[in-house]
Order: sequence, then C-alpha cells, then structure tokens
Amino acid sequence: MTDQFEPTIIGFTCNWCSYRAADLAGTARMKYAPNVRLIRLMCSGRLDPTFVLRALSGGADGVMITGCHPGECHYIEQNYKALRRFLLLKRVLTGLGIEPERVKLVWASAAEGAKFAAETTAFVEEIRKLGPLCWGKDEDGRMKDDEDIGNSSIKIHPSSFEKEVPA
Amino acid sequence: MTHVKPKFAMYWAASCGGCEIAVLNTHEKILDVDANFDVVFWPVAMDAKYKDVEAMEDGSILLTLFNGGIRNDENEHIAKLLRQKSKILVAFGSCACEGCIPGLANLSPVGEIVHTAFNTISTDNPHEIYPRTSYDVPEGELHIPKLEKTLRPLDHVVDVDYFMPGCPPESHQIAAVLDLVIDVLHGRATLPPKGSTIGVGNSTVCDECPRARNVKAIKEFKRIQDIAPADPDLCLLEQGIPCNGPATCSGCNARCPQAGAQCIGCYGPAQGVTDYGARLITAFASVIDAKEPEEIDRILDGIPDPTGQMYRFSLPASPLKANREAFKAK
Repeated sequence: MTDQFEPTIIGFTCNWCSYRAADLAGTARMKYAPNVRLIRLMCSGRLDPTFVLRALSGGADGVMITGCHPGECHYIEQNYKALRRFLLLKRVLTGLGIEPERVKLVWASAAEGAKFAAETTAFVEEIRKLGPLCWGKDEDGRMKDDEDIGNSSIKIHPSSFEKEVPA
Repeated sequence: MTHVKPKFAMYWAASCGGCEIAVLNTHEKILDVDANFDVVFWPVAMDAKYKDVEAMEDGSILLTLFNGGIRNDENEHIAKLLRQKSKILVAFGSCACEGCIPGLANLSPVGEIVHTAFNTISTDNPHEIYPRTSYDVPEGELHIPKLEKTLRPLDHVVDVDYFMPGCPPESHQIAAVLDLVIDVLHGRATLPPKGSTIGVGNSTVCDECPRARNVKAIKEFKRIQDIAPADPDLCLLEQGIPCNGPATCSGCNARCPQAGAQCIGCYGPAQGVTDYGARLITAFASVIDAKEPEEIDRILDGIPDPTGQMYRFSLPASPLKANREAFKAK
C-alpha cells in the first residue's frame, strides 16, 4: 500500500464505438489504470450534463466522456451535440471553481482499444496531479450539508394542479 | 361555541420581500385569507415575536408560506421552528425553493461577501469595522445572526410539504392555490400529494410563449440590448438571445418573452428536470449550428457568464450547490 492518491473516475461510453474500444482493450489484455468506472450509454448524445454534475458532486474526481469519432456517430450527429455540451459544461464548471480538465472528451472507435487504454491512463495521471475534488466538503473533510446531494431537487408535479397548456 | 379559524403564517428569510408584494397583489383575494384564517405570524405585515411562535402548540399553524433561502443561523432556527409548528409548510417563491438571486452569493466565499458589502467602493469604512456576531453593552450581550458558508434552499434544512416557485410567484397562481386551500378547508377538494410543486403549469415557458418557432441554428449569441430591435414575433433563442425558456417550468404565461425580454428562468426546472443548469446546457448545445470545437467556442463566447446564465435562480439547489471556494471558507 502506498499513500498515493487514487482518483475515482466515472467514464461514460457509447454502445457502438467507445464501449467496444474498452471491450477490445479488455479482451486484448491491455493494461490501463483501474480507476475508471465505466457506464455504458447508447450514444454520447445521451449524456445529460446532469450525469457529470451528479458524478462530481457525489465523490468523483474526474469524468471521462467517450464517443464515436466525428462523422461516425451511429445516430448521425449526436456526438456533435455531446461535443457542444462538453464545451459549454466546462465553462460552467470553471465558474464553480472546478478545473475544466477534470472533464475529458475522447473519441474512440471500436478498433481503438489501445487508444482507449492510453487515454484512460493519461487522464488518471492528470487527475492525480490535480488532487482530490472532495465536492461539498470543507477543509476538514466534513460534508457541508447532511442531506443526500441532489435528491432534494426532484419534485413531483401533481395532476390536480395541471393547467391546460396549448400544444 | 365560536368557530375557531385555522392559523396562517408567512415568513421571510433571505429574500427581497417581493413574495409578500405578490401575495398582496392578489387584491381582494387577500380578504379571503383574512376571512378563512387567523393570521398569527407575518413579520412584514404585523407585529409578532419569535417567543409567541415558540409558545404555540406543535402543528397548530395550518398553513405557513415560507419565502427566502437559509443564509444565517436565524433563518435556520425559524425554519425549524415553523416546521415544528406548522401542518403544511410551503416553500414559497424561488428563494425558498431553489435559492434564487441571493443564492448566487454561493459563487463567493462568505468572507469575500462581507468584505464587498462593508469595505469596498460602495462603503466608506476607513477603520475597517466589520459586524460581529456578539457585542457587550451595559445592558448585556447583544447578538446578530451568523452568516453560514452557503445559502441553502428550505428543503435542505427542513421537510417541506409543497413547493411554489417563481420570483415572485404570479399572483393568479397564488390566488388559485389560496382558493384550493380554502376549498380543502370546506371539504370541497383534496390536497395534492406531499412534495408536489404547486401553482405551476406542466410544461415549459416555450409552450406558453406565443412567439413563432422554426428550426433553430445559432451562429452567434448576442445580448438583447445589442440587437436593435429584436423581432417581436420570432422566438428569442432563434434570434441568438440566450432565452432560458426551454428549461423553465411554465406557469407565468411567458410574461418576459411576451414583453420583449428573454426568459431568465425564475419558475425553476420544468417537470422531470432534476438539474436546471444541465437542462439549459443541453438546450443551448442543441441549437448551436457548428461542428468544429473552435467555431463552437467562438459562439459560446457570446454567453459572457455561463455559470450565472445556467444557474441564475437555482445554484443552491443544483448538484454542485456552490463554488468550491465557498465550501472552503472559514
């Protein structure tokens, strides 16, 4: 055991390219940093920025978003949407005091297992240099609020108050 | 035996007082409140002491409208007190629901906020005098409330029964909710499920907006004052004005876009949206007409304050809640 900081990374992969790349890296027994926890989405365009914000607020030190190369999206151009969301999200994170480098976008095709492995390892090292994020904790490491982060903003709209809305 | 009217309370924590004005703007409906309720605590409208509330039996107030966020320990104390004394606690207005404009102070550490207020160009303070939370006078020790590190929405501090957003809530919505509560009192209606958002529509501001919508392909974001004049009949977002309508809950009849200004999002997240800012990021990213990172960045430069744009009203209720420096503050 060393005292080296081991970052927690959440990785979002798309079903058609980057998840296959991760799969290829695995079946080819390539070595890469074990810090990333992968979550498979159908497409990088499915990535709601909420996922990234919830990951960071819930204890992740970095988030890796991966998708098909531009022009190769299986849903035509949703990865461009992912790119635009990513660029805007980074600006918002900067305003909240989070280094924009904590969120990374990687394009990886199903054949690029080696690229996926190398990018993951490089990202883990970059986050290791940045240090822990420890969101919502003060310098003593205590949580600011007792409440579970984020859950309180989920609200139900009752049918009894629904208004007629023009279609 | 005389009929005892149910008790009503209204309180303001970190807020501007606009919510009270909005209640008064229900015009003669306010007389119905008086006819059906005994107003026991409403610091803006009548004299009352905290100790009077403390002396009440638990659960003895039927309806409490609580506006304002929780910024200091007095706000927190009264929130907990009113929760204990009230049967129905409503987070009333954007501040109590999600932090609102006072919540933008979460972008700065609390020390910086105090310094800006007491010792910058707006305040002449040569002796660097800052407020203290306690002070000894001949009569004893005086206290003022202590600021907390961040502002929190009401439901981060106590259990909340209903949420009524808006900055302030529209008066016709307040009147509708008051009518409903009175109907419930007379056995003519039932209350919605606990935790509901009330006094809102079930869609987005865009759905209530009469402006024409076509395909959006934005090449440039511009501030509304830099477009002279904006097309009065065309979707503002389509004209490149960052309008928050797509993420914002309906209920206001699209007041701002109808008056020629962009929606700024005071009604909070639309149905099904867990994080307002994330939904707005998604909406804006979808309408930008560019595929190259450099071109996208150039277009995004047209939004000078992305964090403020996305979280103008909802920062304390968002997953991240505040700037990192605010949490670290001593």
